[in-house]
Amino acid sequence: MITRDEFKTIAGNGIWKQNTSIVQILGLCPLLAVTTNAVNGIMLSLATIIVMAISGFAVASLRNLIPHEIRIPVFILIVAALVTVVDLLFNANLHELYLVLGIFIPLIVTNCIVLARVEAFAAKNSPLQATLDGVFMGIGMLWTLAILGAMREFIGSGTILGGIDMVFPGLQPIQVLPENYPGFLLALLPPGAFILLGCMIAWKNWMSAKAAARAQKPPPAPVATAGCQQV
Amino acid sequence: MSYTTSPHLLKANSVSLVMMQVCLALVPAIFAYTWLIGPAILIQIVIAVLAALLAEAMMLRVQGKPLAMFLSDGSAIVTALLIALAFPPLAPWWLVVTGTVFAIVVAKHLYGGLGQNPFNPAMIAFAICIVAFPALMSQWPSVGLKLSLIEQLNIILGLAPSIDALSGATPLDALKTALKLGEGNVNVADLLANQDIFGYFAGRGWEWVAFGYLLGGLWMWYRNLITWHAPAAFIAAMTLASGALWLYNPGQFANPLFHLLSGGAMIGAFFIVTDPVSGCTTPRGKLIFGAGAGLLAYIIRVFGGYPDGIAFAVLLMNLSAPVIDLLTQPAIFGMKDKK
Repeated sequence: MITRDEFKTIAGNGIWKQNTSIVQILGLCPLLAVTTNAVNGIMLSLATIIVMAISGFAVASLRNLIPHEIRIPVFILIVAALVTVVDLLFNANLHELYLVLGIFIPLIVTNCIVLARVEAFAAKNSPLQATLDGVFMGIGMLWTLAILGAMREFIGSGTILGGIDMVFPGLQPIQVLPENYPGFLLALLPPGAFILLGCMIAWKNWMSAKAAARAQKPPPAPVATAGCQQV
Repeated sequence: MSYTTSPHLLKANSVSLVMMQVCLALVPAIFAYTWLIGPAILIQIVIAVLAALLAEAMMLRVQGKPLAMFLSDGSAIVTALLIALAFPPLAPWWLVVTGTVFAIVVAKHLYGGLGQNPFNPAMIAFAICIVAFPALMSQWPSVGLKLSLIEQLNIILGLAPSIDALSGATPLDALKTALKLGEGNVNVADLLANQDIFGYFAGRGWEWVAFGYLLGGLWMWYRNLITWHAPAAFIAAMTLASGALWLYNPGQFANPLFHLLSGGAMIGAFFIVTDPVSGCTTPRGKLIFGAGAGLLAYIIRVFGGYPDGIAFAVLLMNLSAPVIDLLTQPAIFGMKDKK
């Protein structure tokens, strides 16, 4: 089973310390392409969470049976099978969203986050831990993509929750800025994603630096020494 | 009569002195611009300078740097002037503010402030705005248009309706459109001679603004603020490229003089590619930098989708400036140049 500390470590790593998007900077391709609004980012992250959780579980369960030399093809096979399931589910149930996310759902197979976690974590840990790791890594991706998507959408077109009608029919995006807001197209284009992601990374580094400074004990008062200090 | 004792040293050029002289060198062009379009350009300059100083002060405060010293060095003012001159004069005020703030905050200070920026801030402002607001950035007023100060102020502040009806194409746009519509049946020489928008050499009116930049640039060269390398290479490359195509097919390609006096070529040659921070520093590097910018600008302008290519050409060359500098380092005095 799993201890409280282990759980805390796994959750902390996934959500903050080893965040896929702003620390490991993995999976930039879907990040740039789909985060034109928060809903797209969240839905792609949800698909990734499902794939990562189940693939983590599967790989960790089979880790002693998979020959070491051909582990990567086997991992990819497992991930690809799961992605196919998710892809078909999206196509059947959320067809409009499926058209928007397009190629990026099948491309979860090649997303380096999935393979990286399977190889680095699931292949060395027990199924429960591997599942949790997949879930929390996915949550880390989810909140960064959600914030990035929300910022791009807000700056780019002045709305929030754009595309919500594709997930919950009946709901409408909310226009926050005045109707005549001209729209800052740059934010919706890939350069805007890069610039805003850069800002998020800077913010993360700033927060971590502050936390590190706080954790560090105040240095001991310098001892007055007379003459030369011995080296 | 006053006497001074030795040493008779000239005062070294400080940053603020250089920047002040660059501003002075822009005066002829601003004068021609005002005569051509009216006081709108002066309004834009005021808006851009205010935005630049505010953004600069904010960034300095965040970084805990001394405000007075950096604000008075004038570099933000030069950036603001170049942005105001590069943008359409009747663009809404927030467009210039967006460009200027982006230039100062992102292109200058996020990269480390004065002297550290790899890209020319003014060109970043132009590129950002033409990518984000392509329609607004291509609304240039027709030259014949005479509007009073109040009317122009109203348009810029957004109190009067849009300027769709008042705007015309730039000479470069007009030429490109005419060639596209004519599908090979029009002759550039006829177009230049007969259409109202073209003047003696290039765009009617705009050619005098270009001469203003030329005058200011030559004065800066005379004052040793810039070296001849980058502007000469820029002009030579653009002349050669446009001249070759013009000789090959005079019906489809405009003459070199037209290209040199159109769009941002002159301000680019003397005020943009000579930027000591984002450009090259070695003499040979400056030649390559200027020539590359001139060639790329011509290619983007004639074959690309954007009306003018100076900004993108300069940004692309900014990217390659460190490598060019590395490869063109002059031999150390007393050493043989390794070849």
